[in-house]
Amino acid sequence: MKYLFPLVAVIVLARIAWVGSTIPGMQYVFGVDVPYAALILFIGGFCWRVIYWAKSPVPFKIPTTCGQGQSMPWVKRDKLEAPMNTAEVAGRMFMEIVFFRSLWRNTKAGIQPGPVLTYKSTRWLWLFGILFHYSMLIILLRHLRLFVEPVPFLISALDAFDGLMLNPTPELSLYVTDGLILLGLLALLLRRFLLRPVRYISLANDYFPLFLLIGIVTTGISMRYFLRSGVDIIAIKRLLVGLATFKPEITTEIAPIFYSHLFLVSCLLAYFPFSKLMHMGGVFLSPTRNMANDSRMKRHINPWNPDIKPHSYAGYEDEFREDMVEQGIPVDKELPEKADD
Amino acid sequence: MAVITKDELSKSVAEEPSMMTGSTPPKGWMETPVQFKPGNYAYPTKVDKLEYLDSQQGVSFPNARVWNPEDEDWKLPANWKEIIINGLADRLDRFRSLKIFMDCCVRCGACADKCHFFLGTGDPKNMPVMRAELLRSVYRKEFTLAGKLLGKMAGGREMTAGVLKEWFMYAYQCTECRRCSVFCPYGIDTAEITMMLRELLHMVGCGINWAMEPVSNSNRTGNHMGLTPQAFKGNVDFLCEDVESLTGVKVNPTFNRKGAEVLFITPSADVFAEPGLFTCMGYLLLFEAIGLDYTWSTYASEGGNFGLFTSNEMMKKLNGKMYAEAERLGVKWILGGECGHMWRVIHQYMDTMNGPADFLEVPKSPATGTVFENAASTKMVHISEFTADLIKHGKIKLDKSRNAHVKATFHDSCNPARAMGMLEEPRYILDNVLEDWHEMPADTIREKTFCCGSGTALNTDEIMELRMRSGLPRANAVKHVYDQHAINTLACVCAIDRATLSTLMSYWVPEVEVAGVSELVGNALVIEGENRQELTEGLRTLV
Repeated sequence: MKYLFPLVAVIVLARIAWVGSTIPGMQYVFGVDVPYAALILFIGGFCWRVIYWAKSPVPFKIPTTCGQGQSMPWVKRDKLEAPMNTAEVAGRMFMEIVFFRSLWRNTKAGIQPGPVLTYKSTRWLWLFGILFHYSMLIILLRHLRLFVEPVPFLISALDAFDGLMLNPTPELSLYVTDGLILLGLLALLLRRFLLRPVRYISLANDYFPLFLLIGIVTTGISMRYFLRSGVDIIAIKRLLVGLATFKPEITTEIAPIFYSHLFLVSCLLAYFPFSKLMHMGGVFLSPTRNMANDSRMKRHINPWNPDIKPHSYAGYEDEFREDMVEQGIPVDKELPEKADD
Repeated sequence: MAVITKDELSKSVAEEPSMMTGSTPPKGWMETPVQFKPGNYAYPTKVDKLEYLDSQQGVSFPNARVWNPEDEDWKLPANWKEIIINGLADRLDRFRSLKIFMDCCVRCGACADKCHFFLGTGDPKNMPVMRAELLRSVYRKEFTLAGKLLGKMAGGREMTAGVLKEWFMYAYQCTECRRCSVFCPYGIDTAEITMMLRELLHMVGCGINWAMEPVSNSNRTGNHMGLTPQAFKGNVDFLCEDVESLTGVKVNPTFNRKGAEVLFITPSADVFAEPGLFTCMGYLLLFEAIGLDYTWSTYASEGGNFGLFTSNEMMKKLNGKMYAEAERLGVKWILGGECGHMWRVIHQYMDTMNGPADFLEVPKSPATGTVFENAASTKMVHISEFTADLIKHGKIKLDKSRNAHVKATFHDSCNPARAMGMLEEPRYILDNVLEDWHEMPADTIREKTFCCGSGTALNTDEIMELRMRSGLPRANAVKHVYDQHAINTLACVCAIDRATLSTLMSYWVPEVEVAGVSELVGNALVIEGENRQELTEGLRTLV
């Protein structure tokens, strides 16, 4: 159920666009109206979510230290794992965002009779994550060639770099990232099915983005390599440049597979800000990673620091004065004079 | 209640069906209600303790009553649900961490097998991600568009009494050790989630006595144990007598003395019970050796802060005594003893909550002249930093052979490791006071260190089996190094550790004793004019 519903949903969404785009006059809806609406939702939603986060203060400095912090000068400290200033924090964040530092640390625990607990390094999740995210990044950049004219050199170069020139006809060159992203996504999906703990914690909201991305990738790959009839690249580019320059026009029929692809991408954009995919923005704001471990050197301010006083010394001494005097512990206020009986 | 035997538990952990041994509960987690039975929960707060705390300025602990987690009816206030939801809304407004941690989890499972409670119980709800989902599901339902529209389809859940009971169960099966946050790709910190859960539970009067009684004692008497000034001073005086009879060194600590250079604060457990007492003797000897001008305080006689395990407000209130007393006594800076969670509070909360400490000076070691720049604002130095600096400058004389009876390994306490980054100083000290010592496996030390399993006020006897399970990963790593090197001592810099690891060791690795690093320093110290007996067990020797 958790995965069936998202799977069906993605298939239905793809069909909606496939069938819908063949209805006369609906091409404009699927080619222009929906992508614009999705983009507005994405940008608006993304900004709204980040503002929602930013509205709450960070009352305490709570970095997770994963290495030696600042001590005496002769104690070698770990600048990336227990950063002490903004530059070092930036370094830590860079490692986290660009190289998935924390996932690199991952271990797998096992238990054998005895009991003996074992831990071994495991980097599969790191690898699949890297495969997927970096393929996605390159694919997104590659797609820019469809939105701009003339195509910037860097984008063309990336395209050439990504396209393995295995094929005598360059326009049919295979993209490495097409294969890798599929590999990454399928691996991430298989993890959810095969690893017991991960299967147990997975929700529909975890399967849906995976199926959606797989849908986007498969429609994209099909369009390029298998279902090429009616995929008029000139017309597509005209539409996309039109979208990018806010002068959208649709001049010719484009095959429904294209509209399925575009519609699924639109769904992803619209869904993004309201889902866990916002980890893209959140990773930058995580207080355990983006703060310096300098809380004994510099006072961190909590804007809502409440006015709470400790139980006062005076109150304490009032309760225990006799006891203290008897023990010879200094007191601020002497015992009252005893009346002579 | 008889505690399960080691053999039974060993078998159970490795072979009984659990998520650790490869089986999954028949139903999804939302359909699996919690069941309270003797031994799987800590006792609720006593009425008088809660009433006393509720009467104190700045903190609120309502709904004091007699109740039993095993009962169907928890005697919650009529509008409990509203209180919880409003409490959650309020915390979302005040803590960005909570919003980020609620929104960003992708349920990748990296944290799952990092939790000592999960490793020891195999209970899926002890996976850090699940613990957060218990709260996150309610957050989704009440605070997100998707959850409001799609409900369970989007992983949303109604806040019911069943959910509240689940919170109570699992907020008290987490020691806020933050090991999971080391492995999370977004640094999601379950300690933060657990703190919020506990705060919310306190709003409707659901807390545990083992946390709240120390809190209430600490508020009133200055320390968890509820020691009066007389008892506190008496205990230290006893230790001084022991020190003198063992080493011939006369130490004369002072109490509440105005004008001392340094205020020394350590967990009260160090003056209350073994093996902390030996650590305390180590402090006393060290300060005598360098002629430190310092004073104890009976008013601020507790380094630890069970407020951290209770609520932000309570943490602040208890911590406030340290600065208040430092100011009253007119000291220059504060020196803190060996304690894990105490140092999380001092390092990450104290200055923010109760600073700025303008009346103090940047700490400077009177013996070496070292200025502790890393404590420039908070003005509080850790005893391990202080001692390491003394050793580095050759200010104390150490004889390693006096620790010949010690074959040690070192346990990084969660908070110094993951909330301070204090990893090298205690190791440097050990290098200088021990002939040799051995590290536990790399995946179980430093930032990956395993909790003792009984932190955050869970070191209570009624949940002994749970504690022995959650402490298993730590104990197992100790056993590993014991099997390899026949070690007999587990060194640490934490008072809760000294108490809980002693219990844990006697269960899992009975050959190993627990010692504070300062005790080992005290053992090795050569002091002018001393008249040491042949101490075959260092400061533990019975004479």
